Amino acid sequence: MSALLKHRLFWPLLALLVLLLSNLLFTPGFFTVELRQGHLYGSLIDILRLSAPLILVALGMTLVIATGGIDLSVGSVMAVSGALACLFIVNQPDQGALSTVLPACALGVGLAIVLGAWNGFLVAVVGLQPIIATLILMVAGRGLAQLITEGQIITVNSPAYRFIGAGYWLTFPFAVIIAAAVVALTVLLTRRTALGMLVELVGGNPRASRLAGISSRKLTWGIYAFTGFCAGIAGLMATANVSSADGNAVGSLIELNAILAVVIGGTSLAGGRFSIAGTVIGALLIQTLDTTIYTTGIPAETTQLFKALVVIVICLVQSPTFRSKLARLRRRPRPALAAPVNAEV
Amino acid sequence: MSQTPLTSPSAAGAPPENPDAAAAAGEIIDRKRRTILLRKYVPVLGTLVLLCVMYGVGIANYDNFYNTQILLNIFIDNSFLLVVAVGMTFVILTGGIDLSVGSVVALTTMVCAVTLDGGWPAPLVMVTVLVMGSVLGLAMGCVIHYFEIQPFIVTLAGMFLARGLCYVISTSSIPITHPTWTTMSQTRIPIASYSITPSVLIAAAVVLLAAVVLAWTRLGRTVYAIGGNLQSATLMGLPVARTRIAVYTISGLCSATGGLLLSFYMSSGDPLHAVGMELDAIAAVVIGGTILTGGSGYVAGTVLGIVVLGLIQTIITFQGTLSSWWTRIFIGALLFLFVLLQRTVIRRTP
Repeated sequence: MSALLKHRLFWPLLALLVLLLSNLLFTPGFFTVELRQGHLYGSLIDILRLSAPLILVALGMTLVIATGGIDLSVGSVMAVSGALACLFIVNQPDQGALSTVLPACALGVGLAIVLGAWNGFLVAVVGLQPIIATLILMVAGRGLAQLITEGQIITVNSPAYRFIGAGYWLTFPFAVIIAAAVVALTVLLTRRTALGMLVELVGGNPRASRLAGISSRKLTWGIYAFTGFCAGIAGLMATANVSSADGNAVGSLIELNAILAVVIGGTSLAGGRFSIAGTVIGALLIQTLDTTIYTTGIPAETTQLFKALVVIVICLVQSPTFRSKLARLRRRPRPALAAPVNAEV
Repeated sequence: MSQTPLTSPSAAGAPPENPDAAAAAGEIIDRKRRTILLRKYVPVLGTLVLLCVMYGVGIANYDNFYNTQILLNIFIDNSFLLVVAVGMTFVILTGGIDLSVGSVVALTTMVCAVTLDGGWPAPLVMVTVLVMGSVLGLAMGCVIHYFEIQPFIVTLAGMFLARGLCYVISTSSIPITHPTWTTMSQTRIPIASYSITPSVLIAAAVVLLAAVVLAWTRLGRTVYAIGGNLQSATLMGLPVARTRIAVYTISGLCSATGGLLLSFYMSSGDPLHAVGMELDAIAAVVIGGTILTGGSGYVAGTVLGIVVLGLIQTIITFQGTLSSWWTRIFIGALLFLFVLLQRTVIRRTP
């Protein structure tokens, strides 16, 4: 039991379960998943589908944070990628053709990778603080997205493009399949090869890792480009889901939600260690929170209040100083009680 | 600018063999001191040059741009941002960051609107919101200092919290019709043939006060010392805890003041007010030459930064053919330029 309590994913998972169960109070059939016309339907599937962009963005953010950095520009990159893809589709004669949609997606994601690489260049080569380097693109990227859409909302009429965000494939929402594939690939690359360990080394001590012969510069650069890639796909999903690109609204505040998901998942903001499973759970938790608030009829915007409380509590629990102060308060903590506090050690 | 030779400290330390050498050594030290002094001002001077160039371009290209009222309008339209950016300057000087300012501004406008609706007297409302902003800042400062959590994440939580509280109060805009607020928004104070609003005077007072505190008080010196090196400041026995908490409190107070000015300007409380204002404030501080790692920068620079941001908007308005989203691209480009400039300056300074 204490081993279970000590597992670092225990608390996020428990929170997710409690939140899901509490939905039963408001929506009796919350857990029903039906198969209609070969598609899965139900609240749980909806949560999965809506959380796909956040999972992708948070995945990139996890790796960036593991290198000791942060990427504030993901929301803007999403907007740029979605806007470019939609603009390309609108200007083609046949909007629905695969030969239109595939290059559009490639263009959007390609530009997102370039933007991510630009962030990486500023951080790894120029040596700017990550917050500031990505702040530049966060500010300018919104302008860029609006420049692409010329301040309008571009509406596309393309079933093939819509499929990315709202379609179903093999009974599952296609967005979930994409997100799952990218997550699986990342887990394979980071945990089955040395890549993950190298990322953690760079985050733990950049100087030591460089002295140990790790080309931390290239690695950091690559990680930021990968984050751009993730944000680019998320941008496609977000715009495809509503078949339109709004340079101002797509991905707004997602950087904060992504950071929140990463933190909930137990990845330390100081860098040097990361948990992809934790991040996925964190992203699901946030989406479930949003959905729950919607269904209970509380004004949707107040979710921010709950998120603030979650951030504060989790950061306090993660803070070593807070833990030692707490430990000092209770002179002889019983092991079972001390366990959650020591979960990160 | 001459590259100061690294040997000068040893030259200064060695006993002079003859008066000529002593004079030469003295001269080297003098020159070094001068270059250091110059370097201190390079970022601010850079902003000033940029400002002059932009202003020149404006005058050369557009009719009526030379009108002094155009410059004054920049202050009228950005007085709240200026006050918020002054608070941000304190925080950034200690090497921290405050992302909550925009939300605190919005919360202030909401609380103003609601309490005035409830019939509270105007002075009580003002004091309430100022205290509320300070307490929020104080709380964040305490968490940052005592629990050693990064300022970034704590103020992020503060941002969510304040914005969420706005929506708890109301999800839609509330108009403010109180006579005091109407007076504050409609009064024009004539200066020669031009005019400004009372808000500009308040902002100017805040700027002056902040400049005095930073330059001539113990608190100000400690702020710079913490930004320079937190550990050294602690070892020197400076009141690090008090000062770090104080800067976030000051930032909260400034945000609340900025919120008051915004409620004068907008005559409404709206949970959507000041979305993204923290970015503008940070941009103004950085463009104003304050170094983001802390320890170097001036309130005067922040004022220049605000004027640069205001000039960008004014020029885009005058141009007419450029759309408003170019503002964000220009601000991003300027941020990039100035951060790069800082980078080279820091690298050269040993």
